[in-house]
Amino acid sequence: MEYGFTTAAYVVAAVLFIQSLGGLSGQESAKRAVWYGIVGMALAVIATVAGPGAGNWVVSLAMIVVGGGIGWVVAQRVQMTEMPQLVAAMHSLVGLAAVFIGYNAHIEMVRVAALMADAPTTLSAAGVASWLDEQGLGGFALKIAHKTAAEIAVLKIEVFLGVFIGAVTFTGSVIAYGKLAGKVDGKAKKLPGGHMLNAGAALISVILLVLYFQGAGTWTLLLMTLMAFFIGYHLIMGIGGADMPVVVSMLNSYSGWAAAAIGFSLSNDLLIVVGALVGSSGAILSYIMCKAMNRSFISVILGGFGGTTGPAMEIEGEQIAIDSDGVAAALNDADSVIIVPGYGMAVAQAQQSVSELTRKLRAKGKSVRFAIHPVAGRLPGHMNVLLAEAKVPYDIVLEMDEINEDFPDTDVVIVIGSNDIVNPAAQEDPNSPIAGMPVLEVWKAKQVFVSKRGQGTGYSGIENPLFYKENTRMFYGDAKKSIDTLLPMVE
Amino acid sequence: MKIGAPREIFPGENRVAMTPDSALQLQKLGHSCVIETGAGAAAGFQDEAYAVAGVEVVASAEALFEAADVVVKVREPAKAEIERLRRGQTLISFFWPAQNAEMLDLAKDRGATVVAMDMVPRISRAQKMDALSSMANIAGYRAVIEAGNNFGRFFTGQVTAAGKVPPAKVLVVGAGVAGLAAIGTSTSLGAITLAFDVRPEVAEQIESMGAEFVYLDFEEAQQDGAATGGYAAPSSPEFREAQLKKFRELAPDIDIVITTALIPGRPAPKLWTEDMVALMKRGSVIIDLAAERGGNCDLTKADERVVSDNGVVIIGYTDFPSRMGTQASTLYSNNIRHMLTDLTPGKDGVIVHNMEDDVIRGATVTHDGAITFPPPPPKVQAIAAQKKEKPKELTPEEKRAQEVAAFKAQTRQQVTLLGVGAVLLLLAGVFAPASFMAHFIVFVLACYVGFQVIWNVSHSLHTPLMAVTNAISSIIILGALMQIGSGSWLVVVLAALSVFMAGINIFGGFMVTRRMLAMFQKS
Repeated sequence: MEYGFTTAAYVVAAVLFIQSLGGLSGQESAKRAVWYGIVGMALAVIATVAGPGAGNWVVSLAMIVVGGGIGWVVAQRVQMTEMPQLVAAMHSLVGLAAVFIGYNAHIEMVRVAALMADAPTTLSAAGVASWLDEQGLGGFALKIAHKTAAEIAVLKIEVFLGVFIGAVTFTGSVIAYGKLAGKVDGKAKKLPGGHMLNAGAALISVILLVLYFQGAGTWTLLLMTLMAFFIGYHLIMGIGGADMPVVVSMLNSYSGWAAAAIGFSLSNDLLIVVGALVGSSGAILSYIMCKAMNRSFISVILGGFGGTTGPAMEIEGEQIAIDSDGVAAALNDADSVIIVPGYGMAVAQAQQSVSELTRKLRAKGKSVRFAIHPVAGRLPGHMNVLLAEAKVPYDIVLEMDEINEDFPDTDVVIVIGSNDIVNPAAQEDPNSPIAGMPVLEVWKAKQVFVSKRGQGTGYSGIENPLFYKENTRMFYGDAKKSIDTLLPMVE
Repeated sequence: MKIGAPREIFPGENRVAMTPDSALQLQKLGHSCVIETGAGAAAGFQDEAYAVAGVEVVASAEALFEAADVVVKVREPAKAEIERLRRGQTLISFFWPAQNAEMLDLAKDRGATVVAMDMVPRISRAQKMDALSSMANIAGYRAVIEAGNNFGRFFTGQVTAAGKVPPAKVLVVGAGVAGLAAIGTSTSLGAITLAFDVRPEVAEQIESMGAEFVYLDFEEAQQDGAATGGYAAPSSPEFREAQLKKFRELAPDIDIVITTALIPGRPAPKLWTEDMVALMKRGSVIIDLAAERGGNCDLTKADERVVSDNGVVIIGYTDFPSRMGTQASTLYSNNIRHMLTDLTPGKDGVIVHNMEDDVIRGATVTHDGAITFPPPPPKVQAIAAQKKEKPKELTPEEKRAQEVAAFKAQTRQQVTLLGVGAVLLLLAGVFAPASFMAHFIVFVLACYVGFQVIWNVSHSLHTPLMAVTNAISSIIILGALMQIGSGSWLVVVLAALSVFMAGINIFGGFMVTRRMLAMFQKS
């Protein structure tokens, strides 16, 4: 088939992909948007298989069917609380695919170079083409053969870059997956030498690029891959649990850039477009997450919390516990309730119970709303998905900016398994490590109940003065059990 | 423990310290309840209602004092009542220990513990037992109603077929709890309401209730309201003069004056002098809520309705809460119930008189045969200290200048970025081959489109966004498909693996996105 058809299909696919991302601006249009994405992908794959340069379509089809089957089953079975690790795992696949494809490009390059060296020098341009055809070159290799020396040089950089980003994405995502799934210790860990090791590995990669550029051969590419694997591993090992939303969106971004780099090396515009879309999407998500924590991207990636500028403010008072009778009585008296869920709700799988509580309270004519901090949970939008799974209507689930001003008029706030995102120290204590981070101002409500496993500090290890406030009562215990005991008492 | 409420013996007192509802709550704390027959009758609670709530009804005050471990009352106890107290018994009631030294001594001698509801410290935790506030709230409401009763016109302005009615003008002096309640009632009846207070920090509260704050043109170092526990402090003679001058200016226009000005531990300040009354229109009404302490108005006589020579009605009743017996009893009995909740931390019917607790310590005036009044200052500050300085309001010109500056800075930043970007691109263009540049244009434009599109994505859909970008990033499958037809077996194997992995991603990503989005439901 003609190049024209393939290109046209690519244009349509690109438009569909953009539509599919744009459609995510609203819950209803999003349901349609997924179909745009699916159709776009189908179109792109069909056009490529049918287009020039492809072959071995039996193998391709078999691989797609087997892979797709696995993907399908996994997607059907995954729990919504396991979403973060699934996303991370899928990023690692894209990363590894990028590494393989980059290698392929390199292998073809070497093969073509070898062939070209053997080519009879007497042939005209057209003659070379037919000769190459006779040598059994097709598709991608043929394209390479037609490239000029400058183009080959650019191609080398592109391949190198694609493999590098892909490799970082791969090990990074694997570690992120391990941390999110609890298979790797979630604490921030670094090898001795810290970020100097990363910087060193990056420097070596640059030197290898120069060597590769000058024709040093396959070993440079392999060594660089190892370096990139190490960087991905070490970088993510050094980042702790609560910063995972940034990490996952960052890896999302990398997988996009890897696709774009591969697109450059294969001269495929659709790959470039989609890679750029995904890359910028991930970058924006990382930016939003960082802003929600009032930290720079660099400080998150370098891991850990920055130094404090002085001693933390003294906290007065004590944590006062309350039992479910008290909470239920307050809920029965309240007219307006705001629930602030955090990672603890996901860990305890309490979303169904919370949803049931919400349903009961709403049935009694009380106003119940949810306040979601941008970095609540381990994935951007994590809480929204969990609440949606538990059939909490999305129009009562509000963002921080939408709801923060309503706390003073609220009778009861229930904080379920979140800590730093409701810490008043961010506003009151200029010495606090989280000073300046936007937080949900729950302490302004008339009463606050904090459902929490015990008297510990949050991920950041910062004491939370909220727990000591006069209008705060601590509702200790597993979030799911606590909420379940409330259910029969709310009448 | 047995909680008992006697009938109030003060003449005309309609309130009662226990209602059937509060008795039910007290029983939840593990206490049992007893009441003197007819105690709630004046407040509209019959003996039968108490019996239904599980309260034992006894025939006389003697029997009640005999039966109860804790006696709850409204009015400060009379001598006869104190003499019925016994060692170890607790009395919870209004007491006014500062004015009632004799009774205090007597109670000490009897060995009883007395918790004075009027001594509950003004901190947020104790608001639920602040009986002064709940009674003042009723007094403020009732003051307006009483004024309406004595006032010959509508509160609200109306234009009717029979003619135009001007709205009444109400001035509330003193914006404490009673003052604010009066403001609220008066504005909701439709009157034009003005309010004055010596504490400028309450201006915001007054305005939030819908009244207009009367500003004095007077410079004085203002005392921080927090230093006096939120109450007003005596003002300087100059300030007082300025204040009276303002009132004289207002008096001819005002139809109804409600004065609530009190300074703790002092006689009420005289704020509405005889000449102001003379300036007022015939038929105007003055309600003096400070009558018990001598009144804010010169002509006030406690518990009496006086008509001045020019026909202004001055009401000095001191029993406004009692005039709304049912409402006042409900709120007061709740205050008492909250006090008992704090006194019964275990909810097991055992009273623990914890003298370490700020609230209990503050309210207890005799304990264990000793006078414990006055209490030490509470550990917790009553109310937040005044904000030191407000950020300076910007004039429109300054705002404009700031906006222009910000715009310029933004322009400069954008131009710099674009400039640097363009130079870098041009440099790349000089060295890179044309085919690369063609792809590069596509790349840059796609980044732009991506940024524009993604900013619009709703926050709640960030997880589906990640899943869908994940799915479409497996577009990398195209690269693998293009290479799989190669002649080299190694390339074929690697490409096949890539296709396999991308396949997982495509199906997994889209499926899981669809699953998630299907869950989002509107209520």
